[in-house]
Amino acid sequence: MAVRLRTPLSGEEVLKLKAGDVVHLSGEIVTARDSAHRKILSLPPEELPFNPRGAVIYHCGPVVKKTPGGWEVVSAGPTTSARMNRYLNGILSLGIRGIIGKGGMNPEPFKGQAVYFAFTGGAGSLAAESIKRVKAVHWLDELGIPEALWVLEVEDFSVVVAIDAHGSSLYR
Amino acid sequence: MLVDALVDAIRLAVTRIPEDTVEALQRAYKTEESEIARFNLQNILKAIEIGRKRSIPVCQDTGTLTFFVRVGVESPFLKELEGAIIEAVRKATLEVPLRPNSVDPLTGRNSGDNTGDGVPVIHWELTEGNEIEVAVFPKGGGSENCSALAMLTPGEGWEGLKHFVVERVRTCGGKPCPPVIIGVGVGGGADYSLKLAKRALLGKVGERNIDKRIARIEEELLEEINSLGIGPMGMGGKTTALDVKIEVVHRHPASFPIGLVVQCWANRRAFLRISPDGRVDVWQ
Repeated sequence: MAVRLRTPLSGEEVLKLKAGDVVHLSGEIVTARDSAHRKILSLPPEELPFNPRGAVIYHCGPVVKKTPGGWEVVSAGPTTSARMNRYLNGILSLGIRGIIGKGGMNPEPFKGQAVYFAFTGGAGSLAAESIKRVKAVHWLDELGIPEALWVLEVEDFSVVVAIDAHGSSLYR
Repeated sequence: MLVDALVDAIRLAVTRIPEDTVEALQRAYKTEESEIARFNLQNILKAIEIGRKRSIPVCQDTGTLTFFVRVGVESPFLKELEGAIIEAVRKATLEVPLRPNSVDPLTGRNSGDNTGDGVPVIHWELTEGNEIEVAVFPKGGGSENCSALAMLTPGEGWEGLKHFVVERVRTCGGKPCPPVIIGVGVGGGADYSLKLAKRALLGKVGERNIDKRIARIEEELLEEINSLGIGPMGMGGKTTALDVKIEVVHRHPASFPIGLVVQCWANRRAFLRISPDGRVDVWQ
């Protein structure tokens, strides 16, 4: 099945999704890798620079180019999500409903509340075509380009539900 | 001029996936029957096309800039080569652009230009003559994280090697961005076997070791890996690896060191040759 969804995602929308569904995702997604996860979990939720309720996190460290008006994303595929397994319970407890990455994660913590979307690893030039603009960047000086929190606006970013909220996973 | 040629080679490596690899991925797309395997392979082929057309990095992880350099000791460019490589890395980071991927191991601070202590990584080899050959190998982190070393006993030998390689690929699943290319180095000690494994990845996909005995082991391993069912991105399918490449040197009688380096489908590489008159040829 293929569906179009817009962020923020509701619990109801997430529970309807099944492993194998294709989702054309639009709205805001926020990149976070290892360092950003540690920083997110070290702060009280009200001090986060984005609203985690219903948010979608993208495991990605983009190639970016500085432009006169801000930043342009050049290439932005997913990074290996398994590195973030250690932060998964904490991250989902903030109300995050979706994680986009590659390679899969522990399915258990997603049950009843969130889904894991897969995009093709390495296909950064293709992913960048769905990224319409950089809305904001946080913690850039402290964490550097790959680890910073990039708030991206995407349009019809086609991802696959690889782990659903009912315990099903596409990973072998 | 040398710097610009090196920048060109880095750009070529990260924006254009070599033809042998693209052909192997196209064959895989035709072979796969599952919808999800075809979805991933189609995205891969699209991304390659976009990278080539727009001259942008196919994968956002433009890697640790790694260079295998073979220097003729009579080359007039020997003295300036190291400086030129470092400058080219800085310039390519801005111009291509590349993702800055060099961080301090203690503070995590990003140097911002892909240089740092020991980075870019340059493997030097001295040889006779007056030419220089440079292999540019931007190596992604996700696949590198699946690399491993096994110090087997000689009794475990080649059967043990097969078991080690297949089990490692199985454990890594979708993490190294399959379809992968597997580099295996045998002999020479722990450090050298890993270096051989990485260097083995510079060869073309489908190119067999000239020693027929080793070529047969490469083929057997490829078949066994592809029967695991891990598939593109670990979501099931027939294509887990595009190739297995083995390089061998002599070993200590008591040791059977095996280096294993995993390369993702975004098999980035480029080569350049510097002639003594300053002419530079760049190719993949």
